[in-house]
Amino acid sequence: MTPAIEVRGARRTFRVKGAMFQPDKHVVAVDDVSFAVPVGGVLGVVGESGCGKSTLARLILGLLPPEAGEILVDGQRVLQMDRKARARLIQPVFQDPFASLNPLRRVRDIVGLPLAAQGGMSSAEMAKRVDEMLVRVGLTVEMGERQPAQLSGGQRQRVAIARALVLRPRIVVCDEPTSALDVSVQAQILNLLAELRRDLNLTYLFISHNLAVVEHVATEVAVMYLGRIVERAPTDTLFHAPEHPYTKALLASVLTPEPGLGVPDVGLGDSLPDPSNIPPGCRFHPRCPVAIERCASVAPATTPRNAGIVECHLVPTIAA
Amino acid sequence: MTGETLLEVEGLRVEFGASVAAVRGASLSVARGQTHCLVGESGCGKSVSALAIMNLLARGGRRGADKLSFAGIDLRGMSDREMARLRGDRMAMIFQEPMTSLNPAYTVGSQMAEVLRRHRGTSRRDALDRAAELLGRVGITAPGMRLGQFPHQLSGGLRQRVMIAMALMCDPELLIADEPTTALDVTVQAQILRLLAGLQRDLGLAILLITHDLGVVARVAHRVSVMYAGEVVESAATADLFARPTHPYTRGLLECVPVPGKVKRDQPLGSIPGVVPKVSPGFTGCGFRDRCAHANEICAGDIPRHRTDGDHEYLCRLPRDWAHAA
Repeated sequence: MTPAIEVRGARRTFRVKGAMFQPDKHVVAVDDVSFAVPVGGVLGVVGESGCGKSTLARLILGLLPPEAGEILVDGQRVLQMDRKARARLIQPVFQDPFASLNPLRRVRDIVGLPLAAQGGMSSAEMAKRVDEMLVRVGLTVEMGERQPAQLSGGQRQRVAIARALVLRPRIVVCDEPTSALDVSVQAQILNLLAELRRDLNLTYLFISHNLAVVEHVATEVAVMYLGRIVERAPTDTLFHAPEHPYTKALLASVLTPEPGLGVPDVGLGDSLPDPSNIPPGCRFHPRCPVAIERCASVAPATTPRNAGIVECHLVPTIAA
Repeated sequence: MTGETLLEVEGLRVEFGASVAAVRGASLSVARGQTHCLVGESGCGKSVSALAIMNLLARGGRRGADKLSFAGIDLRGMSDREMARLRGDRMAMIFQEPMTSLNPAYTVGSQMAEVLRRHRGTSRRDALDRAAELLGRVGITAPGMRLGQFPHQLSGGLRQRVMIAMALMCDPELLIADEPTTALDVTVQAQILRLLAGLQRDLGLAILLITHDLGVVARVAHRVSVMYAGEVVESAATADLFARPTHPYTRGLLECVPVPGKVKRDQPLGSIPGVVPKVSPGFTGCGFRDRCAHANEICAGDIPRHRTDGDHEYLCRLPRDWAHAA
């Protein structure tokens, strides 16, 4: 079966203007990344700020062209698709429901806009679809008359989800969908996303810096570091038997609500990753607690492992 | 010295205009050498409580309290001038977003030195030496170079370290930290929290830590107060709160947090229906009753504050063993 999302060797850099009298910098956001997400799967993407996870989302949504490589959604090249057809197939949900909804429009106009943009639907039909969608995401038909400012953060994120799903897409790219929300509301939204996926057989690319959230929603997890996927594995494998030292450090830094354990020493040191100055060899080696000499000069190859991949010199090469 | 109460707040009230009661009779105390976490969701009044303690409320905010004492000093009757002398000296505060708390137009060194020069009249050179020493203390390498840099040249984690170092310039006894790691990556968050714990051990700092993250609370707090709609609804020693959460809101909040390996992937997380209510002055009854599965008509009246053994307090009509007997 054709994967819902397939990324082959995608690369994207940005040019950042240098400080006064300094040359411009090249920021490598996504560097030769490949993976596929099967229909109905949820790929969680985790990593620190600046690792390229949001750029990856924009590449897959067709909002940015890659400099190299190919991005296919449902077997078609995303950049060559007609915009309307693409909108019917793949939709985004962003982090900040305060910034992603037009404050001057009524909720029902916001949710109905993708339908109106497609054209060919009577206003009565559109109104019916919007009403159904509002109820489906846990809002009421009356709330359609309100403006975003009259809604809470959780309700706004429900509006954003309704807008993303009103065209009945098969793929949804969620970029930190609950990061701006309180925990009690986060749980409501995560439950809604899980229910919608089950009922509508959706495929998600789910980006988050919160590993506990990713563990709860994803079927497979990709760990990004400075533009590369350094480890990818089924969720249970990744959480129970992480192999890359960076994955281990990320998991160690998750503070679960268990009193008495104290704050762990993640052992990463102070040098923070700088995407405009990527180290030679393994890009994680300056922070890696177990780096060997080779790591500073030779980039590790992508090794198949545990139904996924890992990029580290210290992980023995055993085919999965 | 450790264990002696440093900050004592009883019946703290904050109102904005005639329509918003942000804090409604909150009480808490922080002991020397200990961390007290104030936890709750946005709008519950936790940041406003901290600002009220520091007398930093925005214009229009009115503060009242039955008791507000710091190291035996009554803060209620203090003039702005006396309070300004205390702030940054014996009690310091750090905020969530270090970029908005640091002045972008001054170097790290000059804003750090200003604290000591203002409070102690130290010379610029001595103040800069102290700043360099503290930058080293908070784990910043090459402190001499950092002193000459501007805030925008630092990463988020470094800025937060600078904020902490700046707060420590005058050896404060109390540090109020308002969501100090919320804007940071998890790896950096762990480093900053370890740093704070180490400083507390070495300097005997009392820390009032405000957070919405129950994971942070569990790992760093000695004592926890859970706030909801302007009230402290439950307060206990950390281990006790997590072992025997009693207020329905605390219990609901704990069930909302995804914990790896705890909830199966196809099972929904616990969630609290509804939203935080807007509370105005004169509001009576339990602030949580609209969202509570156990609410009845009693909840609209006066709610008793139960105190169980081991200093575990909660504000609810339900008996202390309602959740644990079943």
